[in-house]
Amino acid sequence: MPITLEHVSLIYDQDTPHSITALDDVSLEIPDGQFIGIIGHTGSGKSTLVQHLNGLIKCTSGTICFNGQNVDEKGFDKKMLRSKVGLVFQYPEHQLFEIDVFSDVCFGPKNLGLPQEEIEARAKEALQSVGLSEEFYKQSPFELSGGQKRRVAIAGVLAMKPQILILDEPTAGLDPQGRTEILELIKEMQIKTGMTILLVSHSMDDVAEYVDRIIVMNHGKVMFDDAPKAVFQHHEELEQIGLSAPQVTYICHRLKEQGLDVDTDVTTLSEAVDSIYHALQPGTPRAENGL
Amino acid sequence: MLRDITLGQYYQTDSVIHRLDPRVKLSGTILFILSLFFFKNYIGYLVAAAFLALVIKLSHVPFKFMIKGMKAIVFLLAITVCFNLFLTPGETLVALGKLTITKEGLSAAITMAVRLSMLIIGSSIMTLTTTPNHLTDGMEKGLRPLKKLHVPVHEIAMMMSIALRFIPILMEETDKIMKAQMARGADFESGSLIRRAKAMVPLLVPLFISAFRRANDLAMAMEARCYRGGEGRTKMKPLVYGKRDHLAYLSLLVYMIVSICLGRLSVPGIF
Repeated sequence: MPITLEHVSLIYDQDTPHSITALDDVSLEIPDGQFIGIIGHTGSGKSTLVQHLNGLIKCTSGTICFNGQNVDEKGFDKKMLRSKVGLVFQYPEHQLFEIDVFSDVCFGPKNLGLPQEEIEARAKEALQSVGLSEEFYKQSPFELSGGQKRRVAIAGVLAMKPQILILDEPTAGLDPQGRTEILELIKEMQIKTGMTILLVSHSMDDVAEYVDRIIVMNHGKVMFDDAPKAVFQHHEELEQIGLSAPQVTYICHRLKEQGLDVDTDVTTLSEAVDSIYHALQPGTPRAENGL
Repeated sequence: MLRDITLGQYYQTDSVIHRLDPRVKLSGTILFILSLFFFKNYIGYLVAAAFLALVIKLSHVPFKFMIKGMKAIVFLLAITVCFNLFLTPGETLVALGKLTITKEGLSAAITMAVRLSMLIIGSSIMTLTTTPNHLTDGMEKGLRPLKKLHVPVHEIAMMMSIALRFIPILMEETDKIMKAQMARGADFESGSLIRRAKAMVPLLVPLFISAFRRANDLAMAMEARCYRGGEGRTKMKPLVYGKRDHLAYLSLLVYMIVSICLGRLSVPGIF
């Protein structure tokens, strides 16, 4: 179920001296099955943007359509929207409240008014897909590690069986291993279920490896909206707004300056390895990914 | 969602009133409120209104902004006016069925309304022109004599400033938690009272946990910087009275004398 945004703006405290434009004329098309990264520095409006997609914030002007229906129209079922567009917030501490992991994951489906067996089946399935085994079911969510809490939070939203999953900074505060694990998990889910996934982040390295499309936000506006390679061509502009291209892109640029004939378009580690390998041994056939 | 609370908010701008010592503003507000209760005739209120207008003008805070804070007490004001209007015995002016408006009632209602609105505006000038931290600083220093009576003045002031500092943080947190739970289909607005009370659990548990965690972190951060209570603690910006403050005290004194003297004269009432 696609989401379309047309000229969406959000202004806080309109007509007062303190008015803040959080979103400025944003138009986007989010088709089914895409894996999208939304990037911007703190305060660029990326979190505000995604909260519009499930009707938590109402825009000041413009229209947001879910599957062709205007979400701000009277009588539009917001609860249905929120079950179809799952939003996982940045801090799992903001949503975990039950005495054990299992009942916490049950909270979402319970709110949808499903029968008890269905609730439990969904919770089990969701916990399984985030890689939490049964030994965790009866643990208190507050005793878990940061990465595990994050998994429970994601499962809590997955249990509602959303068609679109939005993750707001899912790797914030995690160590490198936890970060890779969560991102791998998300990618795996996307491949397995074909869900549309929106990943909000400020780290290009996080996003570049996984997504099909990148939306760069700056001062509430969409600055770039394209495939990762095309976006990272603008790495100088990205630096100006406090972002950066992935580290491997810089390495390849440096190598090129030093006279090595590498491809400066690379955005992922395996592409970089491939390109450098090829440049060092001209004549050999191009190596496969991952070498 | 929770952005519309104005009462007691600080209005950032630069003015003589903003720069005054918080102790002057505190005692000034208390004296002004006290003066309102001494008046016996309308002249006193006129003097008070003139004084208030002067202070508002000097404070550079738009009058519209102050009125915004009044909205919160409109209901209270309406009840007070109604009670005074209809329930004061005396000479009947208008009779509406069983309800009668008396001459005494009318004058009492007007007095009450004027007194209450001036009281609110008067105290909101203080909070609009003084940052909460400044205010607690002023309180701490102003109440220092109570220390001799073993009142923990510093601790009370510190608790107040921390509490005030945390209000916006906790409000923002509440907003985020509400959204996170609403994203999971939680409903805070409909249903019976019991259902609504139950719906608060997913909001309150994370909020309390985060408040305790924040309090713990703050205590640690304070201890890491060698906080040991008020004993021997110095201030980066100690409060010292300047010429401006003495002048303010003087004009306050003049106001008190003039308004109370005029306000207690026996002049024939308007009615």
